[in-house]
Amino acid sequence: MKRGTPPAPQTRAGRPAVSRSRRKEILVREEILGTNRKVAAELRKRFEERGVLAVNMISSPGAGKTSLLEALADRVKGRFRMAVIEGDIETERDAERIRRKGVPARQITTGGACHLEAKMIGKVIPSIPGDVELLFIENVGNLVCPASFDLGESLRLVLLSSPEGDDKPKKYPEAFLSADVLIISKADLFPHLPFDAARAAREALDVNPRLLVFVVSALTGQGLPEFVEFLAARLAALRHA
Amino acid sequence: MHELSLVASLFDVIECHVKEQNPKAVTRVRVQLGRMSGVVPELFETAFDTYKKGTLAEDAELEIVVVPVKARCRSCRRIFRPAPDAYSCPHCGSDRWKLLEGTDIVLEKIEIEI
Repeated sequence: MKRGTPPAPQTRAGRPAVSRSRRKEILVREEILGTNRKVAAELRKRFEERGVLAVNMISSPGAGKTSLLEALADRVKGRFRMAVIEGDIETERDAERIRRKGVPARQITTGGACHLEAKMIGKVIPSIPGDVELLFIENVGNLVCPASFDLGESLRLVLLSSPEGDDKPKKYPEAFLSADVLIISKADLFPHLPFDAARAAREALDVNPRLLVFVVSALTGQGLPEFVEFLAARLAALRHA
Repeated sequence: MHELSLVASLFDVIECHVKEQNPKAVTRVRVQLGRMSGVVPELFETAFDTYKKGTLAEDAELEIVVVPVKARCRSCRRIFRPAPDAYSCPHCGSDRWKLLEGTDIVLEKIEIEI
């Protein structure tokens, strides 16, 4: 309390009236991720107005997100203008891999954070070429946390690679629940693994019946033409909306 | 793993709601965590205790209410709770359903001292 405060008024009983603290309850009922959702909604509006199909890619580390992007870069060359935002905890390595394919890439290093947030995307948007049509956002490798954060994408992919095992969707349901597309990757390894692609797809569809499933191999190109046509259709739909 | 950034967002929301009241302290915070929100209550608590130091909520008590997952079947319209191993409707077997709750992280209420 500040000095020079006038003496406390006396109550009738002669005791000083203590300025008693009062507790008060404030009802809030607000989503904690509301701010992220607001920023994401603004980004989505901006992307869709400019005819950009933004794709958020989620998977555990090493499921083949960057390899898929490299393979896609070769397939869409001359047809669509593509750019990539790379999220990693450290290093510029993934962005360098993408640039080697002649595709503009911007690296975000989160310095420890296990996911990307919408405001991080907003910050790097000015460095993405304005005429881009397919914008891929490769999230930090993590099958749990990125699922909670909307990045303003119009399409969310979750990748599950064959070496991870076909039982993952029900063990990590959030990522599968929030996605639009499941990509079962590293199909070239199927002959060497006890991986049952049908079971993986079934488990994922149990969690999220509206998932579209693609089986791909970035190495052999299996499933890529179908996936590229799907992206082309989504991009066309977004532009005619 | 991302609980600390969620707690940082929680504090932003708290600040937004209490600043006009100019409270002496925030004494209690009640948060609803959806069972499928991807948040671990224990980790959220640890993050909260770390983050609150040096803030108005330094001595605040965090109360966590875990909200179960609830879905409505699109075929028979009944409400059910999907189990971790059985996501289809237990009444009619349909796999067409809509999630009603259990995925959000909600700041329900705050108690302040004024």
